[in-house]
Amino acid sequence: MAELPQDLLSGRLGAALFRAWDSDIAYSFRHSPVTVAAAAMTLLIFCGAAFAPWVAPHDPFDLATVSLMDARNPPVWLAGGSWEFPLGTDNLGRDILSTILYGSRLSLVVGFASIVFAMLLGVSLGLISGYLGGFVDALIMRIAEVQLSFPAILVALLVDGIMRGIVPREFQDQLAEYVLILAIGLSFWVQYARTVRGSTMVEKSKEYVQAARVIGRHPGAIMLRHVLPNVMGPVLVIATINLALAIITEATLSFLGVGVPPTEPSLGTLIRVGNDFLFSGEWWISVFPGVVLVLLVLSVNLLGDWLRDALNPKLR
Amino acid sequence: MIAFVLRRLLQSISVMLVVGLIAFSLFRFVGDPINNMVGQDTGDKDRAVLRQELGLDDPFVIQFAHFAENAVRGEFGMSYRQGRKVSTLIAERLPATLELSLVAALLALVVGVPLGVYTGLNRDSALSKLILALSLVGVSLPTFLIGILLILVFSVELGWLPAFGRGDVVHLGWWSTGLLTRSGLRALIMPAVTLGLFQMTLIIRLVRAEMLEVLRTDYIKFARARGLPNRLINFGHALKNTLVPVITITGLQLGSIIAFSIITEQVFQWPGMGLLFIQAVAFVDIPVMAAYLVLIAFFFVVINLVVDLLYYAVDPRLRADRAVAGGHGG
Amino acid sequence: MAAISNRPPLLEVEHLRVQFPTRRGTLTAVDDVSFEIGEGEVLGVVGESGAGKSITGSAIIGLIEPPGRIAGGRILFEGERIDDLPYEKLRRIRGKRIGTIFQDPLTSLNPLYSIGRQLVETILTHTELTQAQARRRAIDLLAEVGIPSPAQRVDHYPHQFSGGMRQRVVVALALCANPRLVIADEPTTALDVSIQAQIIALLKKLCREHGTAVMLITHDMGVIAETADRVAVMYAGRVVEVGPLREVVKRPRHPYTVGLMGSIPKLEGERSRLVQIDGSMPRLDRIPAGCAFHPRCPQAFARCERERPELMSDGLARAACWLYAPLARTGSDG
Repeated sequence: MAELPQDLLSGRLGAALFRAWDSDIAYSFRHSPVTVAAAAMTLLIFCGAAFAPWVAPHDPFDLATVSLMDARNPPVWLAGGSWEFPLGTDNLGRDILSTILYGSRLSLVVGFASIVFAMLLGVSLGLISGYLGGFVDALIMRIAEVQLSFPAILVALLVDGIMRGIVPREFQDQLAEYVLILAIGLSFWVQYARTVRGSTMVEKSKEYVQAARVIGRHPGAIMLRHVLPNVMGPVLVIATINLALAIITEATLSFLGVGVPPTEPSLGTLIRVGNDFLFSGEWWISVFPGVVLVLLVLSVNLLGDWLRDALNPKLR
Repeated sequence: MIAFVLRRLLQSISVMLVVGLIAFSLFRFVGDPINNMVGQDTGDKDRAVLRQELGLDDPFVIQFAHFAENAVRGEFGMSYRQGRKVSTLIAERLPATLELSLVAALLALVVGVPLGVYTGLNRDSALSKLILALSLVGVSLPTFLIGILLILVFSVELGWLPAFGRGDVVHLGWWSTGLLTRSGLRALIMPAVTLGLFQMTLIIRLVRAEMLEVLRTDYIKFARARGLPNRLINFGHALKNTLVPVITITGLQLGSIIAFSIITEQVFQWPGMGLLFIQAVAFVDIPVMAAYLVLIAFFFVVINLVVDLLYYAVDPRLRADRAVAGGHGG
Repeated sequence: MAAISNRPPLLEVEHLRVQFPTRRGTLTAVDDVSFEIGEGEVLGVVGESGAGKSITGSAIIGLIEPPGRIAGGRILFEGERIDDLPYEKLRRIRGKRIGTIFQDPLTSLNPLYSIGRQLVETILTHTELTQAQARRRAIDLLAEVGIPSPAQRVDHYPHQFSGGMRQRVVVALALCANPRLVIADEPTTALDVSIQAQIIALLKKLCREHGTAVMLITHDMGVIAETADRVAVMYAGRVVEVGPLREVVKRPRHPYTVGLMGSIPKLEGERSRLVQIDGSMPRLDRIPAGCAFHPRCPQAFARCERERPELMSDGLARAACWLYAPLARTGSDG
């Protein structure tokens, strides 16, 4: 491709960089403005969340700086708004922009952690199920089937409810984040397990596995080395699309009031809080966190869509 | 045919057993049922008597059998929080949820399938791209946010539609319906749109993907080579083949609408089972949680069975007596 | 062969060029292809996969998969230009005047429709028959292609037939409006060897009876040798040799054809040594300059690398090879 002067990139690193730049995936990325915009938006929200303590104009958790005097201020462009709180304040006088930055931090952490958890669980169960077959396989797949017939949100609610029954009340707020991760993670493992199981069963029937057995090596270890690279693509696509779902699920659970406590709000909690003030005209308390949530989920979805198409040569 | 139905029935029963086991485990292992029933000042002796009476000292299998027996009769005991029979609570709330879910599902199907077919057939038209872009936004919009935005626009700003509740209902026997009154219908609009929108976008994308897949097949190419008119190819050959997977997945989606209504009911304070369940989760009201779980599973199983039968009606390969004649090709 | 009659040939393809735009430049899958098919004639089009045979066939019926497109040349059917017809007009020709048979009978039939329904809808599309007449015609057709007890089988679904039987149904579908030309794209490749011969025999018999011309696309020189009146050999998107079957078989001109002939095992034992062509056909984006075959050609010389040869007459056949250039034999050492 002519856009990049090839002679500038000398040496091995240069060649590798050029190859990456010239690959089909990179090409489809560069030639899809929507995907580039989605990536930029995701990056922006990621950075905003990661550097929230430095970029946020206020610390919404520092009770010393929060004053009820500032409660329910409108955004700067409406009458009564000020630059001190560019997007207005909530019912406790916290700066909306700052709570959004901190809130997306929590949303992203919970989203990522639960997806990693789901991925580890699903990939392991898929490998076990596909490799062992028989009763174990039947059991795991039956559980997967039952779970698949329930929407993730219901499974997550149920896990959350159970944890509430088990965890003593005084620890509940502290553990809320971990409970969320567990609940969401447990509701998303099935897809990974199914994909990996299928791939494992295909590999298992191949000759090299039999050959490994003949020369006395453990076939499981060899298969792992062959199965994992094969399923990386699909697993990555599922993970990206599920990240969007996990963020939505977290927001939904928090909105329903069974997620993180309002003292440490995520985007969903912020929307829930704002919902109570909708009728008194303070729409900004829930609308701005909602906009950020939608932008984040939309961007991640767009990236997932692009990744799926780019990795699936049939659709190209 | 009978063998097929029987096999599916057995599968359904096994699914119900698994769900029943989970629901039962809730009772047994989450919190102490006795604690939930009596006050702080009840002595250990009284508790032991109560345990005995409730059969909590019986072996696990026997307890589960009791639970299953009661569950089949629709008995899940008393709500910890409201002190009323769970079956009564559910029966009161069931019509509201079912009406909402059915209207939402209908909306999703009636709008989603034609749009999916259109975007599949005209994949490069500007309108298709617009529909697809909007559907992606739809998938990315959390249900509760759609509800909030609708309320903000149509209730708070414009004041056209009620923001919460079910409006006036008419009782037909034990069933209460909001479909027969003006205020009931008006109250239904926003919740149904909220609940149906997400499923609709899923259906659009699914139908489109399947349509594109089918249009690439050899038999469609052959149908074109035979000179069949496009109308016949697109809405006959292609659409019918698209329906097979679409029926399955939409069936599952419709089932999940009932469960998804939890969120919509919370936003619009719709007096259905979902609202009941969410309150039960918040207060760890185990009998209500268990009953809801079993009921939802039951709906899923029934929907799955119906889907299988539909499948059977559409696809001759399942119907076949498997008598392949002329096997040697000569 | 040009002087057999004064009437124009049934199908004339002139300088056909089909291109596929891709992100790494435009690929030319069919490059300057010309040939004709007379009334009732069987033209065998032979070549390796990727030589452009099937795309030529699709171009004739106007069904090239996008983004591919006809970039040049003309296609005339019964003296009338059809490559620039609007979709709807060409549709009325497809199935009615030009029938098509595809490679895989297992996937060519819609699994959800009975074969009777697929026959009847095709018959109703192209004729004025009533529903009942069309059904009767469908049953007759099934009998004609050798389906036993057609009156019952007409209501069966594709999965209830074996591969060979399904291909017979496909043949019936291609012939149901009595087309003048049938394009048979690898009609037997997906079938068992024993069934291949039956299908070829059936196709041959039916076309002879109805006076239907056939464009038989295959990579199997053996099938061509049994069936065709004339042969066109394609390589890398071009016709490299064309001529009457006997001529080409007896004395192949182009070195590539020589290699292809070598790949049919001969029964007469004398020259049983199989000639093998080294290397493989170039990818569409790597077609060499000059004659596309020169890197693999045992007889290549300097001119082959520089200039692309056109078809040149040599007796009754024509070959695109500098060996047959009028000047080649005197000018350089062939």
